[in-house]
Amino acid sequence: MLVFLARIWASVVLAMRAVSRNKLRAGLTTLGIMIGVAAVVTVTALASGARESVTAQVSALGSNALMVFPRSARTSGARDSTMGSRLSEQDAKALVRESTSIALAAPFLRSSVVAVYEGQNSLPSVIGTKLDYFAVRNWKPRSGELWTHNAEATGEKVCLIGVETARELFGTEDPIGRRVRIGRFFFQVLGVLEEKGQSPFGQSQDAIVVMPIDTMRSTITRTRPGEVHALMLSATSAETSARAQKQAIEILRFAHRIEEGGEDDFVVRSQAEFQALQQKIFGALTLLLIGIAAVSLVVGGIGVMNIMLVSVAERTREIGIRMAIGAREADILVQFLVESVVLSTIGGVAGTLLGYGAVAGFTTALGWSMRIEASTLALALGTSTTIGVAFGFLPARQAARLDPIQALGRE
Amino acid sequence: MAEPLIELREVSKDYVSEAAIVRALRRVDLVVERGDFVAIIGQSGSGKSTMMNIIGCLDRPSTGRYVLDGIDVTERSNDARAIVRNRLIGFIFQGFNLLARTTALENVELPLVYRGVGGGERRRRALAALEQVGLADRIHHTPNQLSGGQQQRVAIARALVTNPPLLLADEPTGNLDTRTSLEVLELLQRLNRSGITIALVTHEHDIAACAKRLVRMRDGAIQIDVRQEPTDAAAALAALPSREAEEKRA
Ligand SMILES: Nc1ncnc2c1ncn2[C@@H]1O[C@H](COP(=O)(O)OP(=O)(O)OP(=O)(O)O)[C@@H](O)[C@H]1O
Ligand SMILES: [Mg+2]
Repeated sequence: MLVFLARIWASVVLAMRAVSRNKLRAGLTTLGIMIGVAAVVTVTALASGARESVTAQVSALGSNALMVFPRSARTSGARDSTMGSRLSEQDAKALVRESTSIALAAPFLRSSVVAVYEGQNSLPSVIGTKLDYFAVRNWKPRSGELWTHNAEATGEKVCLIGVETARELFGTEDPIGRRVRIGRFFFQVLGVLEEKGQSPFGQSQDAIVVMPIDTMRSTITRTRPGEVHALMLSATSAETSARAQKQAIEILRFAHRIEEGGEDDFVVRSQAEFQALQQKIFGALTLLLIGIAAVSLVVGGIGVMNIMLVSVAERTREIGIRMAIGAREADILVQFLVESVVLSTIGGVAGTLLGYGAVAGFTTALGWSMRIEASTLALALGTSTTIGVAFGFLPARQAARLDPIQALGRE
Repeated sequence: MAEPLIELREVSKDYVSEAAIVRALRRVDLVVERGDFVAIIGQSGSGKSTMMNIIGCLDRPSTGRYVLDGIDVTERSNDARAIVRNRLIGFIFQGFNLLARTTALENVELPLVYRGVGGGERRRRALAALEQVGLADRIHHTPNQLSGGQQQRVAIARALVTNPPLLLADEPTGNLDTRTSLEVLELLQRLNRSGITIALVTHEHDIAACAKRLVRMRDGAIQIDVRQEPTDAAAALAALPSREAEEKRA
């Protein structure tokens, strides 16, 4: 075994020497494989990133979730800003009452406020909302419990916190029943929410405090009565989400008294819609990259084969000498196979680096979540090795089958 | 004398092409005993190289049998013949046939690589072989940094490094001047005295005179096969005018 490994290593060294004698040629030869492998790396990173972000979104929002945000009218001054240009708790009620496809509508306020417990600080996002919010987002307490309807109605100073906030403020201590200062007031912690991970947009969803909306309005975010920052809706099912979206727009236009042809002062975003679009983009891009990968790997492989055939022809005499002094056919075969694998692996490594670059570019430029996994690396190197063996085999066998006398006779 | 190392029994070799059949060897019988030193001479095209290639297990006879060191190698597989070449035979070629861009040491190590000898042992034996041919100070030179005579001595070291019983040399001095040729022959005679059997093809009579046995070929057959009193290459070298004298004359 050791002897075998030593022999393989010796032929790798030999192959690297042979390759390094013709750096430019090797570089050009491996270009195709490099591009192909880079495409493979990018496509797998894209696929696993897309899968991850889709599952993250499904679990974060549910595929039948809808969100309503206010939109400041571009034609400012045309409408009285006090007249329904903001979203309100009445809007939420109207949506559930008047739409056949909207099951729940949770209004919410949001802010970011410092929370303090015994000298430990944290800066969570604070959400003030109603109990329906937990149902829409499918959030459950990991420990403790939700607030009661009574607490919600009377505006008790109670809250639930995310795991990250719990860790930052309480460490290993149990937060339940403790009083944490948020802004200028103290709130009793009723429960800790289940861990949710990052949102599709990269923020943590676990650095969070959720409290009843009236409590928040009287302590942290002072607004006019009933005014809210956004609404979180859920359609009765994933299938009805498109209809729910249409109905929500109509109901809100009516409630906000927007005339025919007037511009919406809100946006309804459907999760399903967003997801479908993203899937479509990912799908098209994946297909394109797979195409690029396949074509360039085949072209690269043929390039390697071509260069190996040239190399065998150039070194016919060397092959003859090696045979005369005792190289067996397998020795010659392995020598040239290793050389072609070395060649294609160089392309593979370069392609992996290029792929990393492309992934980093996509991630920062487009904000896509992409992920390079260990299996991606294995795939990239596996692909290039396979190409090396597959396309190097024919030239290597040609070398191994040379007749020693004819090979020696050739100059 | 000792038992035979090479036995060719009615060996023929035909090269068949569309144009014609070339009968390169015609029912050749040749027995070479251990420790012998045979010079093979004959006109161009008489079949000398063809016979050497068969003796060297590089080629197969069309008919007849070839027994080397007691083993009938006539119909052995290519791999078996590669092993026979590696273990029993050292080749010396007219064109030296060293690997380019590869140091003398690495060239000499090569046969041991194919035998699976480990790095340290390989190096030790290669150094010993290079020392034997007087090139201990040139081990890291590549062929293009060596003279023809030096290259041929590297090739001899490569042939010796596996301690084969048989050295085959097809016109080893064909590319060398008289003095260098005699130096190579002196080395070969020394090796022969230590027990290695040598078969050598040459066109030059003073080279052939250094062998113990002379075989003359003609039209693919052995025409003359005689024993002779070999000339001592070392003495012939000493008899040559000194290098300085030659240079003065030039
Ligand atoms: N591969 C081949 N195909 C066809 N004919 C061949 C082949 N090799 C050798 N021959 C022929 O066989 C005959 C013997 O050739 P060989 O090379 O043995 O001669 P030689 O005695 O070594 O000659 P030289 O002194 O020129 O080297 C020649 O007629 C040659 O043309
Ligand atoms: Mg010849």
